Amino acid sequence: MLHIKCPHCGMRSQNEFSYGGDASVKRPELNKEISDEEWDNFVYNRKSLRGKHLELWQHLFGCRQWIKVERDTATHEIFNTYKADEEIT
Amino acid sequence: MSQKFRLENGGLINRDKKLSFKFNGKTYYGYEGDTLASALIANGVHLIGRSFKYHRPRGFFGAGVDEPYAIVQLYRNNETEPNIKATEQELFEGLEAKSVNCWPSVNFDIGAINNFLKIFLPAGFYYKTFMWPKSFWYRVYEPFIRKAAGLGVASTKHDKERYEHKYEYCDLLIAGSGPSGLASAYAAAKNGARVILAEDKPRFGGSLLTSDVNIGNQSGEDWANSIISELKEMPNVVVKNRSQVFGYYDHNMLVMSEKVSDHLPKTKKHHPKQRLWYIRAKEVLISSGSIERPLVFGNNDTPGVMLSSAAKEYLKVYGVLVGKNPLVFTNNDSGYETAIEFKKNGVNPIILDSRVNPQSEIIDEAINLGIKIKFSHVVVAAQGYKKVSSADIAKISDDKKQLGTIENIKCDCICVSGFWTPTIHLASQSGNKTKFKEEIDAFVPGTSKQKETTLGAANGIFTLEETLKDSFIAGQDLSKKITNNDNKISFPNVVEKKSSQHDKFWCVPLPKGKSYKRFLDFQNDVAVSDIEIALKEGYRSIEHVKRYTTLGMATDQGKTSNLNGLQLVSDIENKVVPAVGHTTFRPPYTPISIGAIVGREVGKHSKPTRKSPMHSWHEKNNAVFVDAGVWLRPRYYKQGSETLFEASKREAKNVRTNVGVCDVTTLGKIDIKGPDAAELLNRVYTNAWLKLPVGKARYGVMLREDGIVMDDGTTTRISENHYHMTTTTAQAANVLSHLEYYLQLVWPELNVNVVSTTEQWAGAAIAGPKSRKLLEKLFPNNDVSNEGLPFMGYMESELFGVKARIFRISFSGELAYEVNVESDNGLFMWEKIIELGQELQVQPYGTEALSTLRIEMGHVAGSELDGRTISYDTSLEGLISKKKDFIGKRSLNREAFTSSDRQKIVGVVPLDKKTSIPEGSHLVKDAQAPLPNKKLGHISASCWSVEHDNPFSLAILKDGKNMIGEKLFVMSPLKNKVIPVEIVSSHYVDPKGERVRS
Ligand SMILES: [Zn+2]
Repeated sequence: MLHIKCPHCGMRSQNEFSYGGDASVKRPELNKEISDEEWDNFVYNRKSLRGKHLELWQHLFGCRQWIKVERDTATHEIFNTYKADEEIT
Repeated sequence: MSQKFRLENGGLINRDKKLSFKFNGKTYYGYEGDTLASALIANGVHLIGRSFKYHRPRGFFGAGVDEPYAIVQLYRNNETEPNIKATEQELFEGLEAKSVNCWPSVNFDIGAINNFLKIFLPAGFYYKTFMWPKSFWYRVYEPFIRKAAGLGVASTKHDKERYEHKYEYCDLLIAGSGPSGLASAYAAAKNGARVILAEDKPRFGGSLLTSDVNIGNQSGEDWANSIISELKEMPNVVVKNRSQVFGYYDHNMLVMSEKVSDHLPKTKKHHPKQRLWYIRAKEVLISSGSIERPLVFGNNDTPGVMLSSAAKEYLKVYGVLVGKNPLVFTNNDSGYETAIEFKKNGVNPIILDSRVNPQSEIIDEAINLGIKIKFSHVVVAAQGYKKVSSADIAKISDDKKQLGTIENIKCDCICVSGFWTPTIHLASQSGNKTKFKEEIDAFVPGTSKQKETTLGAANGIFTLEETLKDSFIAGQDLSKKITNNDNKISFPNVVEKKSSQHDKFWCVPLPKGKSYKRFLDFQNDVAVSDIEIALKEGYRSIEHVKRYTTLGMATDQGKTSNLNGLQLVSDIENKVVPAVGHTTFRPPYTPISIGAIVGREVGKHSKPTRKSPMHSWHEKNNAVFVDAGVWLRPRYYKQGSETLFEASKREAKNVRTNVGVCDVTTLGKIDIKGPDAAELLNRVYTNAWLKLPVGKARYGVMLREDGIVMDDGTTTRISENHYHMTTTTAQAANVLSHLEYYLQLVWPELNVNVVSTTEQWAGAAIAGPKSRKLLEKLFPNNDVSNEGLPFMGYMESELFGVKARIFRISFSGELAYEVNVESDNGLFMWEKIIELGQELQVQPYGTEALSTLRIEMGHVAGSELDGRTISYDTSLEGLISKKKDFIGKRSLNREAFTSSDRQKIVGVVPLDKKTSIPEGSHLVKDAQAPLPNKKLGHISASCWSVEHDNPFSLAILKDGKNMIGEKLFVMSPLKNKVIPVEIVSSHYVDPKGERVRS
């Protein structure tokens, strides 16, 4: 079980969180004309990286905040966690 | 019966407390402090079971967790448990155990025929023998394997024992209480670190309990006891025996199984049987020691052949002789220690040492004691069927390839020592890159991935002095980093005998003309010949060889079999062992009971049970409840001897003719506040929300980004910047997360707050033509006329002094309202509704009637919004705004979503107007068509229409739009039904929707 540092609450066990996928995906702006390809990339296509991955987690059974977690998908090492609006360094 | 093999004195058992126990129906005696194994050996019992594959007789091989054979079925307190190691099970008064793998009995075993038919059971026998013909599998092979194999029988009864889970944090977790565990725990504890010290055996001390050493001025055992006593007194230390750290998981979380009551005849009241500890440790010290390696020779699985360290443990800890005429076969000095212990207790052993001319302090001591030693000698084969009776021995050439003349000598046990294998399971589980250490022919931990350090024998260090030094330093340094304390501990003087180098020899060649089985894996019956066959057949990867031959599988997990197996593969392949590599060590290190894994989350404790504030009323009025997610909801209210069908029909009919009341507290409710609340709703729902006036409700549908319908519900504008959203019971949690996702991550600029208020409001739906009359009685001061409170209207009021919200919304298709009050007032509201509704013939209705009403109305619910349907499919496309963008809109122009024969919701009526249609059935054009018959759609929900008094179903049907009036067939192979049906509109009642507006 992972140990994730919620930037709002501190170190918590994985079972308080739910996974939210790739954090680098940006939703296209509303009312903007975009190609099918762009939309498909947003809805479906993910890189499924091996290694460092910036991903979303929600502290569901805690502060309910969505946070960003920089994790190695192969080793589970967590390098850093960020608030939703925090600058990623 | 007398304990013929028990010594007069000695051992750590309590001779004042005699215990009786039964094995295979026969009564024996032992002492408190015995294991089942030591007590049986004391009674001269060595035949314990039959082997897995060949059903050869099985005795004892080890004295603890390393035991591959002595697995029994245990009977305790009217329960039975399989897969218990006799070497680990502590004796208690009245213990009962039976052999496994024996059919019909341990002494006469039908499966032993396998031993004579072994041509059928080579490597990969499961894959080969039982493959053909296919039809034989169910009738012949499977019943045979099931009966003849297995490690015991699981109980089919409910386990009444209690199992607990515990979560713990510590600075240092130390696994194993041998010399390295004790020294590191002591040093760390003195520095003020929070320490958990875990020992899987009942006694602390590990190898110190059996070795002839001195620490300070004390014997090893006394030193261990004094350290443990001191640790137990320290408030920052938790010391646990009977506790096995069996799994090393991510982020330094380890799981330990504590056997709280297994050593007692019966679990004490309010105590658990076992407790699982989830421990998050800042640092982990692995002091799990090492396991003696077997030597490989002919018939080395015969009862009476056992590890020399086990023989020594039975002697020193339990005061038990494994034999009175022992042969010790060794390639290193450890065998001598066992022989010396025998000699000291008046037994004359013979030592066979494969080495040519070894010299050391220990060997000198053995010589001085007058022990007979034969250098350059090996055991070629053990003789005796159910117990060793003699051994064929021979001189071996210096290159270990040629055997001299074979000589048979009498003996009643053969104690083997093939040097030591560090127990690296935990380190390997943690992700440590293990490395091969040439000097000890074994793998040791290498580079750590997590915060772990392996010490002592587990790290391949076999001298006490070096082990203690390393461990004191490790405990001190690691704790210093955490606590910033720096207590220096003076290092004790250590007295131990020096050993000489072990022999790399491990496998005795077969003598000419003999085909003895030489076993590598004792638990899974894998012999040298099996590995040879597997390699001949082309298996190369050690992981494949393992699976093909079953080497190192099951509970053994390579404890005794691993290295000899690797050695053999590397010898045949002409490689070095590290090039072959080892198979992955996976948790658990030892078997863990299912009960311990489940913990207290059984039965009603497996999930919370949520009850509405009106629950007690439902109970009193004969409600039959149904699980709705985590909620308990009334399914129907039983009157007299009514069936579910009769009751729900009555309740639904009463809604259509009079008025009914339904507990809708479980509906998800989300409070939405903020200046941008309307904008959020407008982006989340498919229809327009910006112009909804205060005091009005609106029905909305929300999609996922892929265009699939996520949920539906009504949202009401309470005031300018305040909305009350309802969701389905099932999707309540997901919808809240969904809103939070968009507000926090996608559109943080929106100034809106959302919070769940599901549990804050109790809800009652009042539905039926007389519902307005009932509302007038409930709220006499309000104008609830069609003009005062029109369809989709909202007002706030007081229900006899209690604050209430009134929504004019309908799920049943009738004139209907929903009243919400604060949860604490829910029961008051409900009782008032029932009381004032009496003269209007009000009746409560449950979820079954609720379903009937919505189905015949064609109102979609979870069975239609099943994660595969879009708005069009459920006839909700009228709610899709063309003018604005919203979540999922861009997906709606996908080709499949816009095809002209797209599936759509329809109504289905059986032609005979009588036969009920099973939910989940398929719709087909031709019931006689050859299989697979082309499916046109499926039945999503079925009911008995109270309006038409015949069965009615909803279905999602291909090209549903153009299918109205068609005749099709419903097929349910599960229920073996074929029903001719007509497709009708999904709106089977009041298609124009006049009633809700009346
Ligand atoms: Zn948090």
